[in-house]
Amino acid sequence: MTAISRKARPLGSSLGSGIVFAALVALWWAASHAGWISRVFLPTPEATLDSLRAGLAAGGELASFTLATTLRMLEGWLLASLLGVALGALIGISPTARAYLQPTLEFVRPLPASALMPLAIALLGLSPAMVLSVVAFGAMWPVLLATVHGFAAVDARLLEVARCLQLTRGEFVRTIGLPNALPDILAGMRLSLTVSLIVSVVGEMIASQPGLGQAILLAARAFHASELFAGIVLLGVIGFASNTLLGYAERALLKWQST
Amino acid sequence: MRLTRWLRPWWFPIALLALFEAYLRVVVQQSDALAPPSAALRAFIGLIGDGSLLQATAFTLGSAALGLLIGTALGVAFGVWFGLSGRAARLSLVSVEMLRPVPAVALIPLAMLVFGFGLRMEIAVVAFATLWPMLLLTQGAVTQVDARLLEVSRVLGLSAWQRSVKIVLPACVARLFVALRLSVAIALVVAVTVEIAANPNGMGYAMMIAQQSLDPAQMLAWLGWIGVVGYAVNALALGLQRVVARRMGAGS
Repeated sequence: MTAISRKARPLGSSLGSGIVFAALVALWWAASHAGWISRVFLPTPEATLDSLRAGLAAGGELASFTLATTLRMLEGWLLASLLGVALGALIGISPTARAYLQPTLEFVRPLPASALMPLAIALLGLSPAMVLSVVAFGAMWPVLLATVHGFAAVDARLLEVARCLQLTRGEFVRTIGLPNALPDILAGMRLSLTVSLIVSVVGEMIASQPGLGQAILLAARAFHASELFAGIVLLGVIGFASNTLLGYAERALLKWQST
Repeated sequence: MRLTRWLRPWWFPIALLALFEAYLRVVVQQSDALAPPSAALRAFIGLIGDGSLLQATAFTLGSAALGLLIGTALGVAFGVWFGLSGRAARLSLVSVEMLRPVPAVALIPLAMLVFGFGLRMEIAVVAFATLWPMLLLTQGAVTQVDARLLEVSRVLGLSAWQRSVKIVLPACVARLFVALRLSVAIALVVAVTVEIAANPNGMGYAMMIAQQSLDPAQMLAWLGWIGVVGYAVNALALGLQRVVARRMGAGS
């Protein structure tokens, strides 16, 4: 394959896959206009676009809801990452702590984060703090377990080096442990960002906190399908943007590894 | 020595539960929000007795399983297609990347609108949530099938269907079960989440109701049970994956 065709091919195929996506939207248009699927469930693409435009225009509600959900997700994610790395480093650095705590951690991990919502409501009420704490707690596990794993997988020779240099625990964490666990931590943080968005949306639905979760639930209850679709589109955009940005950050942060 | 090693994982949870019990009995004494573990255990026995435990668990597991079945069938079908045909994979890229990041919980209100409350809405949301990991992991597994096996199928003049069923799927079955294990975990989490957010059925809803009727013992009983069920289902899926990997060879 020549250099030119290798370059031209992704361009051609991304055009092609764009056309396929456009065809899917056209199918949506046809399905809603021809009445194959009731408009109560499936609004026309134009109506969805109108709802998006009206909601995102100055004074529209969707813009502030999107901002609120994004902020909630980011706050919870940052809290989760800090807590996860700190606790994970504390547990991961000591083989004894690992032996005693890891089975319990593995037991709690499959627990759905949203299952903690009723408990958090009982303790904190229907408040923003309740949602934030469940987001942080639920999103903490991927980071925590990844950090523990990263610390547990430090090469035995590096441990010897640390002993020879008589590193203190703090120095060991900073110079060997964390850099070694970084790929695991970043992979965990990526998963945790997805969890943050999901739990934020669920929290907004249950606790009626302002945000896209509440907006789409209310739109569905009022049979405003176009607003519902606008909200779903925006949530997809948040998910896509956050994942893409984090992908770039991950590659930038891990550049030193490949060299 | 062996006994202490065997007991080691249990010290921390037992200590935690004992502390919690003592705190609630001695310091708090009366609370609408929390209950000591012993009361939760009593409530749990009550839930077994009146049959609600079995019914709610069956609903949650049943809808998670049916949703997973649909998500897996669609995900494997599309995954094999995209894995075998580079052109299909390239042409679908934008559509997949646009739809995949939509959080499954965002579809809860839509599913509510279309199906109303009940089994079908929960199945729909679980199917959407499990479709994407199954699709991507199947596609990845199929693209790594040995090229010589595909040549064999071409030499034998197999049709696309025969090639998929006789050559490709057996060659990547071990990896498919890894994907299935991940999707099992997702299916259960999503099912419980749908029940907590909207659907008035199953374990998640039972827990919500216990909280709203200020019955913390029952709420904690449900929380603990959801944890046990989640752990058991994940352990089963992991066991299944290992059995398949041993019998089919983990490498391919």
